[in-house]
Amino acid sequence: MNVGLQLQGLQKSYDGQPIVNDTTLTVRQGEFLCFLGPSGCGKTTLLRLIAGLEAPTGGRILLNGRDLTDTPAHERNFAMVFQALALFPFLTVEDNISYALRLRRVSRRDRLARVRELLALIKLPDIGARRIDQLSGGQRQRVAIARALAQEPVLFLLDEPFSALDAKLREQMQLELLMLQKKLEITTILVTHDQREAMSLADSIVVLANGRVQQIGAPSEIYRRPANRFVAGFVGQNNLLEGRIVDAEHIEVCGTVIRAAAASEPWTPRAAVTLCVRPEDVRVNPDDPKNASLLHGHIRLVRDLGDRIELKIDCGGLELLSSLTPADWSLIPDRDAVRVQIAPGAGKILTC
Amino acid sequence: MRLRSAALLTWPALALCALVVLPTLLLIRISLAPPDPDGLWSSGVVFEAYRDLAEPAWLATLAYSLCMAVLVAAIGLGLGFPLTLMITRMRRSHQVTWLVLLLATLTLSDVLIAFSWQVMLSKRIGLSRMLVWLGLMPQVDSLTPGAGAVIVSMVYLVLPFTMLTLYPSLSAMPTEQLEAARLLGASPRIVLRTVIIPLNRAAALTAFAVSALLALGTYVCPLVLGRPQNWTMAVMIGNAALAGHNVPRAAAMSIALVAATLGVCGAVFVGARRRWH
Amino acid sequence: MRITARRLFLAVLAVFLAAPLVVVGGVSFNREPRMTFPPRNPSWRWYGVFFDDAGWTTALWHSLEIAALAALVSISIALPIAYARWRHRSLVAGWLEAIARLPFLLPLIVLGIVFLSFWSWVGHVGRIENTIFSHAVVFVGLPLATLAMGFRSIDPACIDAARTMGARGTAVFRTVLVPLLLPYVACGMIFVFILSLNEYIIAYLVAGYEVETLPIKVFNSLRMGFEPAMCVGAMLFVAVGVLGFVAMAAIGDLPRLLGGRPR
Repeated sequence: MNVGLQLQGLQKSYDGQPIVNDTTLTVRQGEFLCFLGPSGCGKTTLLRLIAGLEAPTGGRILLNGRDLTDTPAHERNFAMVFQALALFPFLTVEDNISYALRLRRVSRRDRLARVRELLALIKLPDIGARRIDQLSGGQRQRVAIARALAQEPVLFLLDEPFSALDAKLREQMQLELLMLQKKLEITTILVTHDQREAMSLADSIVVLANGRVQQIGAPSEIYRRPANRFVAGFVGQNNLLEGRIVDAEHIEVCGTVIRAAAASEPWTPRAAVTLCVRPEDVRVNPDDPKNASLLHGHIRLVRDLGDRIELKIDCGGLELLSSLTPADWSLIPDRDAVRVQIAPGAGKILTC
Repeated sequence: MRLRSAALLTWPALALCALVVLPTLLLIRISLAPPDPDGLWSSGVVFEAYRDLAEPAWLATLAYSLCMAVLVAAIGLGLGFPLTLMITRMRRSHQVTWLVLLLATLTLSDVLIAFSWQVMLSKRIGLSRMLVWLGLMPQVDSLTPGAGAVIVSMVYLVLPFTMLTLYPSLSAMPTEQLEAARLLGASPRIVLRTVIIPLNRAAALTAFAVSALLALGTYVCPLVLGRPQNWTMAVMIGNAALAGHNVPRAAAMSIALVAATLGVCGAVFVGARRRWH
Repeated sequence: MRITARRLFLAVLAVFLAAPLVVVGGVSFNREPRMTFPPRNPSWRWYGVFFDDAGWTTALWHSLEIAALAALVSISIALPIAYARWRHRSLVAGWLEAIARLPFLLPLIVLGIVFLSFWSWVGHVGRIENTIFSHAVVFVGLPLATLAMGFRSIDPACIDAARTMGARGTAVFRTVLVPLLLPYVACGMIFVFILSLNEYIIAYLVAGYEVETLPIKVFNSLRMGFEPAMCVGAMLFVAVGVLGFVAMAAIGDLPRLLGGRPR
């Protein structure tokens, strides 16, 4: 039975202030999980609790059924890559990578073989003898990853590892990390505040705010079906429209009735709720001009983002964000009067 | 820009040349002069002061002084490193208390330090009674004068300087590296040996050098707390100048001491460089 | 088990460091003119004797005067050098800094002989200025070190920001540098002050017969007999020092001044 990592009611407070609040979740063997949230939401603290660098004030941590809560950090065999990388400046690349192996009294021959293997894995076979200050940012990043993997850890933890890199390098490293993870099939948890990073890497995202789990799910799930206003607002662009429930699938916004996805939470008629609509689902000049749920407005702002066009549309006081392909944009003749339709069944009703 | 910095530096340059460069050159000159029992030195050039130094007795004293200095510095570092490390990890208020205690010991003149250790190590007062009670000494006796008293008082002198030299480096240690080592499987003791000490190598070496130099040059403690066979070069230099009225000999001994110190420092420095690069 | 060993270590070293302070203080309160500790019949007797005796009070005054002036002279040498290094990256300042650090390499006794020779050669014997300038130059490495830390702690972006808001050379110095550096200047001066107060051998060699400082008088009295009044002088210095440091800790950030992490 591959239970993987289990957190049960994990709690961490400083001076009575809870940083991590009663967190329960399960990470399956081989899964790539992301902790996503704004700064101060407790995601790094949660990671440090898992690593054993801090002791929880409540709750338990189990690995494959074994209780690890009281095991010290150096006995857990979890690897971690820190935001500041934390490579040892007084050791060469080789010695950094083989640090864990030397502690475990691996023979010199085996150590060298493993170091060679890892350097090949990170595609830097010739830098073994160099000192850390002679490496570039991207090279240091890879060495930090290699060092963490040397001990063949059961869990791979990363704390905002790419935040110091420039955009292009970051994307490259993200892809390499993903391929590495799939190849080694190692259970990985990555902490980030960048939702794009989380969406592109994770099998499953844990969205955190104020020390509490807001939602756990696959990226598309989190994007299309956010559980509450916070998740809707934090992940991706969206339109949050206030309205009232008409029935299980219909919501009335500014006098127009819109069909949304079926509400998953219990609802009461005429209750005030929020409709979350992604920009892609805000259609401009749809093919059906006679549709009853059309809104009329004019375009206030156009942003050309290269692969798509973003529009800010004013529909009689209601401001909507829409995203179109350049091809569709070229089909719109008149900016002053456009018809806007919320794609039926696409919006999500949020009761909180 | 050049002009402005030149104007700024006139006074410091003047002061330092007059009060450091010139006197140092003068010292060399005096070491080569014949002694004058009524004054400080007479004119002329003789090498007697240096020739006297070449005797085995002086060389033994020089070696003894260097060994004593190294021993005191080593004890100071051995005690000071863990203590400073513990202090940097304490809560702020506790840190400040310890720092004020350290700084307070600097407000005691070495004369009074010698005096107070004399009192504490005397037969009447108490330390020896405690050692007898602990079973480390056969009977109550005065622990001073003697080599042990000299060492204890010099360690006391040296410890605050060792710790204040180590403090910045140990405070600024990047905790992520220590945490990374822990996750790679290092227990706290191994983290100390393989990460903390290497990270602070430079500061430790500086602290060691500072304390050794301080120990080498201290006059009062070995004089008051040691028997004549425990006297270091510093004491001999002082005696030559003050009691012996032989300033040229004192000057020559000073130069010999400094040369030996620089020689040892240089050797250690070169050795350290070779080992770590 | 570990905690107890650690606590024991801390306790032993705390006692070790504090012991001489306690002994000197205790002896100063002894009623009889003997070196008994703990003090029998504690009294303020010797404090009274100290302040009534012209010899002791003159020595005290000399020490304070020398220390204060030495601190001033020392900072007047160190500040231009540190500033020129930081602002103009001056090579000359670099050499001067190396020369200024030289006295630290030499044993104090050697420095004593050096200055003794120098002042006699110059023909300026037994004057208080000898001690002042000798101390200033011997200890100048300390303000240099604290000022280096101070300049290092200045965020260059602050200077740029001031410039973009219209501040020129002297204005930048006055409004940005001085407030940021003041704690380090004060710290450097206090260190020179305290070391000069307690320095014995150089003070004795360059002007000891004419200008008696407190350590000189203490040492002389130690050899000739014993007077608890000498401990009074020491306690005064300790009190002044501790008050100074406590003030530094209360007003400023003592750990940071000594090179540690800011609050």
